This record gives sequence, structure tokens and C-alpha cells, in this order.
Amino acid sequence: MDRLVVQAKDHPIQELDTKTDTRDYLAHSRKDAEKKGFSDWLIVDVDAHHVESVSWPEITSYIDDPVVRHQAEMYHKERVGSPPYGLNGDLGLRYQDVGGRIPHQSSQREIIDKKDVHRDVVLTKRAMYGLAVDYMVIFPTPMLFLGMHPQTDMEVFLSRAYNRWLTERILPSDPGMLTLVYLPFNTPNEALKMVEEFANVPSVIGFCVTSTRYKPVHANEYMKLYRAIEETGKPIAFHAGYHWQDPSLATCNTFLGMHALGFAWCNIVHMTNWILNGIPERFPKLNSIWVESGLSWIPFLMQRLDDQYLMRQSEAPLLKKMPSEYMSQNCFYSCQPMEKSNLKALECTFEMINANSQLLYSSDWPHFDFDTPSVIYDLPFLDEGSKRNILGLNSAKLFNLDVSGTKKY
Amino acid sequence: MRVFRVGKINDFKDREKKIVIVDNNEVGVFRINNNFYAWKNVCPHQGGPVCQGRLFPLVKENLDPEMQSHGRIYDEKKLNIVCPWHGLEFDVETGLHPGNPNLKLDPITIEIDSETVYVQL
Ligand code: FES
Repeated sequence: MDRLVVQAKDHPIQELDTKTDTRDYLAHSRKDAEKKGFSDWLIVDVDAHHVESVSWPEITSYIDDPVVRHQAEMYHKERVGSPPYGLNGDLGLRYQDVGGRIPHQSSQREIIDKKDVHRDVVLTKRAMYGLAVDYMVIFPTPMLFLGMHPQTDMEVFLSRAYNRWLTERILPSDPGMLTLVYLPFNTPNEALKMVEEFANVPSVIGFCVTSTRYKPVHANEYMKLYRAIEETGKPIAFHAGYHWQDPSLATCNTFLGMHALGFAWCNIVHMTNWILNGIPERFPKLNSIWVESGLSWIPFLMQRLDDQYLMRQSEAPLLKKMPSEYMSQNCFYSCQPMEKSNLKALECTFEMINANSQLLYSSDWPHFDFDTPSVIYDLPFLDEGSKRNILGLNSAKLFNLDVSGTKKY
Repeated sequence: MRVFRVGKINDFKDREKKIVIVDNNEVGVFRINNNFYAWKNVCPHQGGPVCQGRLFPLVKENLDPEMQSHGRIYDEKKLNIVCPWHGLEFDVETGLHPGNPNLKLDPITIEIDSETVYVQL
């Protein structure tokens, strides 16, 4: 056979690092989306992140309280090497990038050529392009720990400032960028005020409780809040997180173990209280979304609660059906990080949670365990209708989004 | 038969890689000692650009004969390519994930003559 020698082309990007453009980082996802024809699919990503602390001086300039706002200004002007003003959390224990192995998780230092558009808008739009999504719901990152702040007032100051900054400065730039407003849940009256202030802002499609906190979600002080959210017709989301100082998680010596358990544990506790105290019976039109805990905890909890409930019904007298029925009919779930190592178990999970109507695609970009839309598209046990529902139509219905989408190809 | 010239042997330093595009396919070519290996730049996990990741030595647990751990150490003899999307690691020489041999990179045929490295699809 004749042998023809052809010169191979060097790839323009030899190694991806923290300076790589998001579109290049996600080039394989984009190519895959084009191959699969996602231009014709509505794709809604209900959980992606930006790193709000990069813009922290801007955000803290929105703090209402003049003394706290001035303190923040002085702190940012004069202190060197300090973490962002007022933020708590284990700022030095964030090992998500596995020691530099996953650069997009470490930081995004890519060039932002547009001077008139905010960095977070540019990065989000690049991610939307790479993942081929129509709508992306943006969550903060270090603020996910604010529920553990020793000063409950600070959660109120910072979350209000963040919500105003996000809805005034960032989200109006693109109709595809949306938010679930951060609620300062440790201060119920202020959470209620937040609902009143933001319910009618166009980019606000619901409300968010960061789950890392020691608060009983069934406490009477939250009932006015739930009623108010129910009346908006928008959902409440519980966004999971971890807390390495939790006494039992503090026995884990690896980020791997602590993170795997922590992101499920907080939502397991809140869901248990949510269901057994009959919140879905008290507020039947209030939809709840359980975000970023993966899916495998749900069948576990359904079976645990059903089993115990039958023996102790008198402790949960508001319930009119099995806990698992509330979980599969009244609750919605974001899919990421979707556990895929046992497809049989995953298929069973999809059936148990009624995935066809209750499951919502989420990427969690730019975090280390992000999922592309193909994690749903490639599942062998789903038909096309279910894939379309999970990737976008369920969210469109829940959040009342225009199904014609925003994707520009 | 078409073969694709990747470059001169001497263009590669030891424990370095080069990513090339051949017929719309991305291929990572790696040099370890005097051996060359080539893998498709598609990760078996979620299709990420595995060969465009960073190279790290294999990490091992440092156990003493009594099975007590003394932390982790690098095995400098083994080199892994780490997929930059989610961090899955693959042995550059075998293409295998160190914790699950069912996860494997897709091999590309490699040819070397006295001074040049080629790949074949
Ligand atoms: S795609 Fe390579 S680690 Fe996930």
C-alpha cells in the first residue's frame, strides 16, 4: 500500500490552564452540542456559579448600613492579603481543584477584552455558549457559607447588597441570565422583606436558601416566609454546601469524603424536616427545588422515611401520603453531580423521583464536578421526550420561561 | 495509507507532550524516557480534552509494614495525564485510570523512525 505522509497540525492550545478562555475550555462540549443538534433543544441550567468575591468591593458598596458600608470600604482600601470583607467560611480549605489538577476550578483569569461589560457577564455568556444553554441560573460561591456566619446581621447586609448588585449591575445584560434570590434565612423577617423587594424583578425566578446552616426549616418563624413565596408563584430552592467544621464531618481527613457527604447531608436533614412537618401540606402550591446534592440520596431518604413513618405516623400527623410521594410529587431536583457509576441504580432513581417531570438539568460550572447537558442526553434508558423535559422543559414550566429560548447560534 | 508526521523526536523533552490535530481528530503524543505514546484527546468520563490537561506523578499512600499511614508520596516513575474537566487521571504509558482499569484512554497507533514521530488513525 502506498504510504502518504501528511504533516499534523499543532493544536493551538497545548494545555488548558487558569488563563484559558472558557469557550476553549468547553470546546469539546460545544462541538458535542453541535453534533447532537442542541440548537433545536431548550436547555436550562438551573445551577451555575460565579465567584462574587472577585467583585466584592463593588458588591459591598451596595450595603445599606452606612457604618458597615464604610468599614468595608476602608477594609478593602487598607488591608493587604485579607479575605473579602465580612465573608466567613474556610477560605483556606478549598481544595476543590485537587492541587492544580482542575484549573478552571482554581480560577478563571482569562482575558476579558470588552471593557464596557462586566467580567461576570462575559464569563457567564462564554459558559452558556460552551454548554449550549439558553438560560443559566447564577449562584454565588463563597456566600454559600453565609448561613454559618457568627453575625446574623452580616448575612442580611451582604445578601441584600449582593441581590441588588446582581439584579441591577449583572443580570440585565442578558435575558438568559437568571437568579434565585439569596434569602438571609437566619433572620426570617429580613428573608421575608427580601421576597417582597425582589419578587417582581424580571431576572428573579425564585428564592434560595443556602443549606449549610443549623436552622430547622419547619420552625414557626418561617411560615410567613413560605406563604409569601407561595403567593409569588415562584419556587424556593435549597442549595447544598459543605461544612467541614461539622463535628461528624470533621472526622473526614479528605476533601473527597467530606465533600461527598457534606453536599448531601445538609439537604437530607432539611428535606426530612420539610416533609415530616408537612410543609407541602401547609403550602401545597409552594414548589421546592433541592440543588446540588446529586440524586442518590433521594431514594435512600425516601426508603428510610417511608419505612419509619408507617410505624410512627402520630409524630407526623399532617401527612396524608407517604414521605416518598411528597418527595416525588411536590419536590424538584437539580441533577448535578449526577452519580453515573451504576446505570441500573440511576434508572431506578429516575423512576423513583419521577424524573420526567421533577428533574432539572444543572451544570454547576465552573466547579470541579460540573456536568454537561450530554450527561442527560446520553442516558440509554430515556426517550427523547424525557431528555427534553429534563434538559429544559421542566424548568421552563416551573419558572415560567419562554420556551423559544435565547440561544444564539 | 496516510500517516501524520507529529515532529522530530528531539522536539520532545522527556515527560512532555504535544497535542496535534489530524483529520479533525485531536491526539496527544507523550514522551517518557525514549518511549512515545499517543492517545485520543477524548476522555472516557464525559468526553473532555484529557490530553490538554497537566501531567502529575502518580500519588501513593505511604504505608509502613504495620499498615500505618505516613501520608502520601509521589511515585516519580509513573506519570499520569490529568483530564482538566474533572480531574480523572490516566497512566500515560497504559492509558488506564489508576483506580479503575475499566476506564481507559483510546489508543492511537504511533510510529517512530530514526528521527521522526508519526501517528496513524
Ligand atoms: S471528562 Fe475527563 S475527567 Fe470528566
